[in-house]
Amino acid sequence: MLSLEQNFPFVCIILSMATGILCAALKPKKAMVVCIANLVINFILSLLALRYCIKVGDFTVYWMGHFPAPFGNEIRFGILETLLATGFSLVMLLSILGGLKHVFHDVDESKQNYYFLMQNLLFASILALIYTNDLFTAYVFVEINTLTSCSIVMLKKGRETLVATTRYLIMSLLGSGLFLIGISILYDITGHLLMPQIKESVEALAATGAYKFPLEMIICLFSIGMGVKSALYPFHSWLPDAHGSATSSASAVLSGLVLKGYIILLIKMFYRVFGLEIIYSSRVLDILFVLGILAMTIGSIKAISERDLKRMIAYSSVAQIGYIYLGIGIGNELGMAAALLQVLVHAFTKPMLFNTAGAFMDVADGKKKFKYLAGAARKNMFAGIVFAIGALSMIGIPLFAGFSVKYYLGLSALENAPRVVLSIIALIISTVLNAIYYIPALMVLFRKTEDTEKVVFIPKNPDIPYIISSIVFVIANFVFGKFASYFIDLIIKGLGMFA
Amino acid sequence: MVQGLFTNYYETTAMIVFGIGFATLLLNKNIIKKIIGFNFMDTAIYLFLASKGYITGRLAPISFEGMNPTFENYINPIPAGLVLTGIVVSVSFSAFFLALAIRLYKAYNTLDLNEIIRLKNMEAEEE
Repeated sequence: MLSLEQNFPFVCIILSMATGILCAALKPKKAMVVCIANLVINFILSLLALRYCIKVGDFTVYWMGHFPAPFGNEIRFGILETLLATGFSLVMLLSILGGLKHVFHDVDESKQNYYFLMQNLLFASILALIYTNDLFTAYVFVEINTLTSCSIVMLKKGRETLVATTRYLIMSLLGSGLFLIGISILYDITGHLLMPQIKESVEALAATGAYKFPLEMIICLFSIGMGVKSALYPFHSWLPDAHGSATSSASAVLSGLVLKGYIILLIKMFYRVFGLEIIYSSRVLDILFVLGILAMTIGSIKAISERDLKRMIAYSSVAQIGYIYLGIGIGNELGMAAALLQVLVHAFTKPMLFNTAGAFMDVADGKKKFKYLAGAARKNMFAGIVFAIGALSMIGIPLFAGFSVKYYLGLSALENAPRVVLSIIALIISTVLNAIYYIPALMVLFRKTEDTEKVVFIPKNPDIPYIISSIVFVIANFVFGKFASYFIDLIIKGLGMFA
Repeated sequence: MVQGLFTNYYETTAMIVFGIGFATLLLNKNIIKKIIGFNFMDTAIYLFLASKGYITGRLAPISFEGMNPTFENYINPIPAGLVLTGIVVSVSFSAFFLALAIRLYKAYNTLDLNEIIRLKNMEAEEE
């Protein structure tokens, strides 16, 4: 007999999809209320599910449609999945609150309810990617995720976003094509779609040494497919356009959560479909490690030469995604835990920066180039302080969340001798590079100009939802900075029941 | 090796068509041709799946009078289900992509992606 909490992950997914469809029939304001209510309920349910998982200390397999293992579809969750879902629902809620004003300004009035529809469907698909235990379900939700995120980018008025959407769509389609062919070949050689059954077959195949080349090929296809979709370095070209031109809360959600969904799916496939031994022997982690380091440095170098605030933040995402792949590539449990901590920390920091960039654009007549933004922080000191906290966290100053990630990445690298030198050098270089573009950005924003003699703390007609969401984001940032060891323990416990 | 390619000619064809579609989607500069390439790519995967589900000499899993309904008589129905799901996904993406192509044409009066990007960069510089 299932206890009540074990139903919550499934309820969360279905509720998000149902409220999403409901939004299509509602007026924009009502759709907004439905969307926010859904996210609040999701947050509470995920938190209860997390509490249940910590209490029981074991994972749950939830059958969809009452068919037993090799035939039915499954949801599976433990501490890690529920922790991620809790964090993501909070981030989603705060990102949407923080950018509400811009949504009603940027999106055509007849399409505003579709924005909330897309956000709800997007959230449902991210949850499904976190919870699902079936590869083909994962594929379907990857596609829903792509479709909704492309639509969110395109929803903004004007033709600026069209090219960005086209690039995003093409790269995403290439990635999901590779992912689908990978699933097809894997189904062909194992005969299963559920992850535990595939793992049994894969282990049996690996023991006999049969199908070695196709298996390596499949690992390659999955890694490249998910790498393209999560903007890993050589495949990142679509990201700055898409994240730089969308409306601010859409950018926040896209870089805070959407990129992470694919990475979590990739980690899940490493653990549950292939098993870590096969992954270690296939040397795919070496490649991810190198690409992660390249992303950390080249993403930051690109950000330095950027003259547009939102595009600079977007390039910073490329570098931050590099940290996640570095953690995965280090190849021990602490490294994986640090990578997952970075997933959470980046999810809480980047939306704050994007929403704050939106607040700066408000006081600068909607412009986002640095030359128009000089002194913007003096016109809205609150946003200036929030941006400074976010920037310092990204650079990795102690006390802030970004520092704890770097600390644990370094610590995990120390346990793996062959990678320690490269990892530490990469961490140092990337920290310096982060400082090189965030500090000048802060200097431009706080510069004293002719029309900003007097400092205004909060401009007239304050944007209350943005202020509330920023305060919560800042608190969350300090929580991650101060209590990182608690989260690392929780994630390591979760990884134990993940495989 | 080469003989394997000819014995499994369905799979070989599927992979070649997948490659053509992938390259067209990635490299061709015309948006409509890109959409065609995308459909090539997905269709190749369906061919691959369908050929994997078919077992020579067996029937579609439908039972009728005078037929012994044991699994030895039937082909594997799951790939067909996967193909159907995949078709739904690729239809919705084609629709979305075509809608995007219409908006691009209205905005820039061309479907050549290089030209569109050039026009967009010119606008961005003027700002």
